[in-house]
Amino acid sequence: MGHGHHDTNAAGAAHGTIKQYTIGFILSIVLTLIPFGMVMKGGFERGPLLWTIAITAVAQVLVQLVFFLHMNTSSEQRWNLIAFAYTILTVATLLIGSVWIMNYLHFMMM
Amino acid sequence: MSNFISELLYPKTRAQIASDEARHAHAHDGAHDDHHHHDDTDITVFGFWSYLMSDLILFSSLFIAFAVLSGHTADGPSAKDLFSHTLDYVLIETFALLISSATFGFAVLASYKQKVGQVIGWLVVTWIFGAVFIGMEINEFAHLIHEGYGPDRSAFLSSFFSLVGTHGIHVTSGLIWMIVLMVQIAKNGLTLPNTRRLACLSLFWHFLDIVWICVFSVVYLLGVI
Repeated sequence: MGHGHHDTNAAGAAHGTIKQYTIGFILSIVLTLIPFGMVMKGGFERGPLLWTIAITAVAQVLVQLVFFLHMNTSSEQRWNLIAFAYTILTVATLLIGSVWIMNYLHFMMM
Repeated sequence: MSNFISELLYPKTRAQIASDEARHAHAHDGAHDDHHHHDDTDITVFGFWSYLMSDLILFSSLFIAFAVLSGHTADGPSAKDLFSHTLDYVLIETFALLISSATFGFAVLASYKQKVGQVIGWLVVTWIFGAVFIGMEINEFAHLIHEGYGPDRSAFLSSFFSLVGTHGIHVTSGLIWMIVLMVQIAKNGLTLPNTRRLACLSLFWHFLDIVWICVFSVVYLLGVI
C-alpha cells in the first residue's frame, strides 16, 4: 500500500518523516521571524506590512498543514480534506459577512 | 480516468477503506482470523478531525468578534498601546509553542519505531515547552489585569481575553491530556489504543499551533501596526 513517498501504517494513516518535521520547523521559524522582524524593526509602510503579515501567516498555516498534519490528496486523506475545505468555506462566509455587515452598520449609524 | 473521476466524486468512506484493508489482511492470514482485532484507528482519527473542524468554527467566531470589536476601546488602551513594547515576549511564546509542535512530531516518529522511552522523553520535552507557553500567557494576563486592563475594561479587551484565553484553555487541556497519555504509555506500552490516542493528541497539538499563528498575526502584529 505505497502512496508516493508516504509510508503508511496498518491503519493507512499518513506518516511523517524526520525530514518533513525538520523542513516544516525551519520554514515555520523563517515565516515567524519575517513578520515579527519587520514590525519590531519599524519604518515600513502600513500597506506592505499588512500584506507581509497576511501572506506569511497563510504560508505558515499551509506549511504546518502539510508538514506537521501531513495533509495530502491521497484517498485516505480525502475526507479530511473535504471536511477541511467545507470548514474553510464556512469560516470565510462568517468572517467576510460579519465584517461587512458590521462595517456597513457602523457607516449607517455615523 | 473514469475510475479516477468516480473516486473523486464518491470517495471511499473511512469505514470502507478500513474494511477493504481488513479483507485484504484476511486474504493473507485466514488461519489466524479468530484473533483478528479490527483496527478502527482511521475512523477514530477522522472523528477527532471532525471535532477539530468544529473547534475551528469556534475559534473563527472569536476571531470575528475580535475583528469587529478591536477598535472599541472605550477610551481605554488600544492594541498598539498594550502590545507594541511586548512583541519580543510574544515572539518567545510563539517559539515555545512552535518547538513543542516539532518535538511532538519526534514523539510520533519514535512511536513508529515502538520506542517507549523515546516517546515519553519527547512528550516530556513537548510538555515543558507547552507549559512555558502557558506560564508566559498567564503572566501576561495577570500583568494586564493588575494594570487595570482586564476583560471588563473595554469591548476590545473582552474580545482579546476571550480569544487568547480560549486558546490558552485548549493548550492547558492538551497538557493535562499529555500527562494522562504519558502515564498510560508508561503503564501499558505502545498498544493500539495508546497509539490512537497519540495520533489524536498530535492532531490537537499541531492544530493549536496553527490557531496560534492566526492569533499572533491578527491580535499582536496587526494590532500594533
